[in-house]
Amino acid sequence: MNILVCIKRIPATGGKVSLTADEQEIDTRHLGFTVSPHEECAVEEAVRLIEANGGSSAVLTLGAEVSTEQLRDAMAMGIDRAILLETDGREWDAGSTAAAIVEAVRADGMNFDLLLFGNEAADTGDYQVGIRVAHALGLPCVTGIKSLEIKGGGAVAKREASGGWDIFEIPLPAVVTVKEGINLPRYPSFQGRLKAKKKDIARAKPQWNGNQMEKARLKIPKEQEHQVEILGNGPGAAPKAVEVFQKLGLFQK
Amino acid sequence: MIIALIEHDRGKLNESSLEMLTLGRGLGLPLHAVLIGEAARPLADRAAAFGAATVHVVQHERLAEYAPEAWAQCVVELIESLKPEAVLASGTDRGNEVMAHVAAQTRLPMAANCIEIKLGNPCVVTRARWGGSLLEEARLNGSTHLLTVAPLAVEAVESPARSPTINTVTPTLDDKVFRVRVSGRVEAGAGKISLAEARVVVGGGRGVGSAEGFKPLEELAELMGGAVGCSRAVTSLGWRPHAEQVGQTGTRIAPDLYIACGVSGATQHLIGARGSKHILAINTDADAPIVAAADYAIIGDLHEVIPALCAEVKKAMA
Repeated sequence: MNILVCIKRIPATGGKVSLTADEQEIDTRHLGFTVSPHEECAVEEAVRLIEANGGSSAVLTLGAEVSTEQLRDAMAMGIDRAILLETDGREWDAGSTAAAIVEAVRADGMNFDLLLFGNEAADTGDYQVGIRVAHALGLPCVTGIKSLEIKGGGAVAKREASGGWDIFEIPLPAVVTVKEGINLPRYPSFQGRLKAKKKDIARAKPQWNGNQMEKARLKIPKEQEHQVEILGNGPGAAPKAVEVFQKLGLFQK
Repeated sequence: MIIALIEHDRGKLNESSLEMLTLGRGLGLPLHAVLIGEAARPLADRAAAFGAATVHVVQHERLAEYAPEAWAQCVVELIESLKPEAVLASGTDRGNEVMAHVAAQTRLPMAANCIEIKLGNPCVVTRARWGGSLLEEARLNGSTHLLTVAPLAVEAVESPARSPTINTVTPTLDDKVFRVRVSGRVEAGAGKISLAEARVVVGGGRGVGSAEGFKPLEELAELMGGAVGCSRAVTSLGWRPHAEQVGQTGTRIAPDLYIACGVSGATQHLIGARGSKHILAINTDADAPIVAAADYAIIGDLHEVIPALCAEVKKAMA
């Protein structure tokens, strides 16, 4: 089978972030970069599916030249080849990103059985690129998947729903967006990294046609002012904590 | 007019929809609720109590189970006939999914997880990015604005009840829109309290130290009728299943009390815990970000503090 995984380069934020002076971006001068956690799992899932079923895998991203770092990371995990849709680094909205991916899939000529995406990008959180790609290609799409099994000509996909699971049986080819938890991604081996470094990356420059949703500016939400009450040190603080539980009404049935 | 898609599962309302209606009725236009499937008809009164003047019940024999493209097709037909200024849904898994299908089919822009909306052309929204740790002010152009409302951003408040006008519509749905539908279910384990709905969550981070280290947390959770949660570090280490992860890529919790044990408080974890009414941090480090985010803190080793807490809780409940 043939699988395409779509990923996105994002800043690796751990704690509080600050913005650039024009309020258009996160100030990344002191940050590293990574891919969204859901997408890292999509890469791992693609590698596992190819290991189990045979075939070929490709990874694609839309972004500036620096995004080749994330494409190489994916190849180091075991993806066969990479495609960069090169931009000048500005933010493409979900609609224009999807249109560029659709064009690239058509141009690639390989018939993908599966297109994997993250459920949503960690930074923009648009929740729609995979679905837009599916519509444009006329493919079925399931989202938020945490278990995926290939069976005959189709797939069985599971999504968490109020403590249980919703099960979807879908024909292939299909678009599947996954969530972290579908697997535990591997660390790339040293050998994998070396191999990935030597590989060529296919490139295309998609045409910029403007965004339908226009970012005016970013804002850091106001923290609600509150004080933390230190109940004490060590186990001796337990009685005071239980007083708090009672005050909060937690023991009422 | 505004169309508001009410989320339900086989007739069981998703409460986020009430937050969405509360926001929607303040936007200055008549609010029409949409209920998809006959099983949802009894929810019309709830929708009215939260501001819907008209309720459209979409009736079709194949709408008994959730099918995202079919739901989207129903909404697209209503957009064509009613020509609303905006369509609202909640920013849940299903809400975002259906709206994205509507957006893909109509080629309209969609803004996910809005917390403020100013209608007009352009429509100006403030929406959550990075799980809500960053906000974006965005402008949308288009004939109809497709917007989902971030869960827990607005408090659901009833409006003076009135009886709604009910309109039954029957959509044309071809086979293709049922390619993807719920074809089977695994129900939640009986008696197990779901993390998202638990009144008390006892969460553990890297500071718990090992998979076995969660035993006392489990005991405390059980004593208090709560659920166990954990941080992303813990699921990455394989100590607990991903289903218990609290965070941007895990579950958003909204308990009365979240007891965070040995959790440092990375932003992506705090995003998942933000809905908690109160947070008690148990941590050896008084300077950890979780302590600053908490309402109460005990500075100390969780392996000593939690057994003491369990003993005190038992005493109090005896």
